[in-house]
Amino acid sequence: MNHDSYDDAYLRGILRSVHTIAMVGASPHWNRPSYFVMKYLQTKGFRVIPVNPTAAGETILGERCYARLADIPDPVDMVDVFRASVHAPEIVEDAIRIGAKIVWMQIGVRSDEAAARAEAAGLKVVMDRCPKIEYSRLVGELGWSGVNTGVISARRRRAI
Amino acid sequence: MANRPFGFETRAIHAGATPDPATGARSTPIYQTTAYVFDDVDHAASLFNLQTYGYIYSRLTNPTVAVLEERIANLEGGRGAICVASGHAAQLLAFFTFMEPGASFLASNRLYGGSLTQFGRTFAKFGWSAGFVDMRDPDNFRRALTPETRAIFVESVANPGGEIADLEAIARIADEAGILFIVDNTMASPYLCRPIEWGAHMVVHSTTKFLGGHGNSMGGAVVDSGRFDWSKSPKYATLTEPEPAYHGLRFHETFGDLAMTVHGHAVGLRDLGPTMAPLNAFLTITGIETLPLRMERHVANAQAVAKFLAGHEAVSWVSHAGLPGSPFQALAAKYLPKGVGPVFTFGLRGGYEAGVRLVERVELFSHLANVGDTRSLIIHPASTTHRQLTEEQQTAAGAGPEVVRLSVGLETAADLIEDLRQALAAG
Repeated sequence: MNHDSYDDAYLRGILRSVHTIAMVGASPHWNRPSYFVMKYLQTKGFRVIPVNPTAAGETILGERCYARLADIPDPVDMVDVFRASVHAPEIVEDAIRIGAKIVWMQIGVRSDEAAARAEAAGLKVVMDRCPKIEYSRLVGELGWSGVNTGVISARRRRAI
Repeated sequence: MANRPFGFETRAIHAGATPDPATGARSTPIYQTTAYVFDDVDHAASLFNLQTYGYIYSRLTNPTVAVLEERIANLEGGRGAICVASGHAAQLLAFFTFMEPGASFLASNRLYGGSLTQFGRTFAKFGWSAGFVDMRDPDNFRRALTPETRAIFVESVANPGGEIADLEAIARIADEAGILFIVDNTMASPYLCRPIEWGAHMVVHSTTKFLGGHGNSMGGAVVDSGRFDWSKSPKYATLTEPEPAYHGLRFHETFGDLAMTVHGHAVGLRDLGPTMAPLNAFLTITGIETLPLRMERHVANAQAVAKFLAGHEAVSWVSHAGLPGSPFQALAAKYLPKGVGPVFTFGLRGGYEAGVRLVERVELFSHLANVGDTRSLIIHPASTTHRQLTEEQQTAAGAGPEVVRLSVGLETAADLIEDLRQALAAG
């Protein structure tokens, strides 16, 4: 599929279907972007499991951090990639192996090769987007900060 | 279904303003409150750390003001906007983001007189230096660039002279230099011109004018395109280096293309403090809903009045880009295809004295210092808005002694023409 832009319905569908997210590249430091995203997604009811070899065994925002996706003992719905684009192909292979349904790559992360591989294995892919920004955009919270959400609707806003 | 691109008129009414989630109120509620309760200490910490969305204190953000911010950002094609107390506050906040003592920027010398004074005199007190350039030749900006130059600033349609900036050409010069291009789009409004589509990185507004449109609320806006790469040059350290007041957070890295919008609230409004009042935001939101209709009539009335003046014996010239023979016709056709705005100037053969006489004799035009009202407005800049400038500066700004400025309103065009006819004819 085309990854230059995404329909709101596609993103909504993904965010509605997901419960457990493995965040590859999650940082234990509170002022890092990945920490912001993890904390926000937790408040929206997602379980976020951090994956980072340098913090393996530590607890980040109440969740045990694992070195690799394969180490996570629980089922994972979505893998969120907080690593540079060059690492995307190997992370996608791991995501396929653990049975994830979705691979989501953060802003600035894009690998069309990895996306094609994931899609061939039946996974849905989002690239160069942030789940925190997209979630908040679709529920209207992003507009609280003066951001143009692009959402036009005369219906009362609901949960995602 | 694919995201459908909505038309300008639809967005002017709906952008930013879905029904109030708490009550279902259809019109945007006026959230007349200074502060907002926290769920708990952790929620408060998340808010203060900028980790989640929410309201803390209305100096930074307010739900009514946020609706206006999103609406203006949407209509301009920007990523986000910061609404502030006035157009001058918008300029202060925009430059505050990336200027520091010793830094400089280039501005058109065809600007609203108040902006010439703000840039040339008041900004100098912060150690920010402004160089003024004749924008009629865009290459003048290229020639005036120095290593310290951080931005180029123009008005899309200059107030009061109506000169039109060659936005695309100037944007190219800014891009080649790796600096910001900021456009004041107040006179045109996004209905007539959208500078971001031509390469502007930021747009500022006095929302007091056509956006509000009824002469009843002060306000300003900074719209960020989200397209400027702050990290490409060390000049824009505010957004790329660790911010001590937020424990070392880097705005561009953390917020990406939202960096300017977040910084404008979290640092700009927090520390400079020029908050827009919620009631003013409400009135401006309501005004924007009819912006397309009003601008169409403003344009038509102004065209009729300009044509009348061009044929009047007491008038030596009319600077309205919609008239045949205007040197700005080509630029107008490119950047303002729906018509140039209703603010323009004309010269009186009788000079300064004739200008004073005219503003004192009109009955229907209101003699005051504003533009962009439903009512028709008239002013003689040399005796009012531009009186602090030298005659040389006045002439350069298109506001010489013989110049009168009109902001043509929404009254019956024939009534406006008749009022000018009687005022010009008298003695």
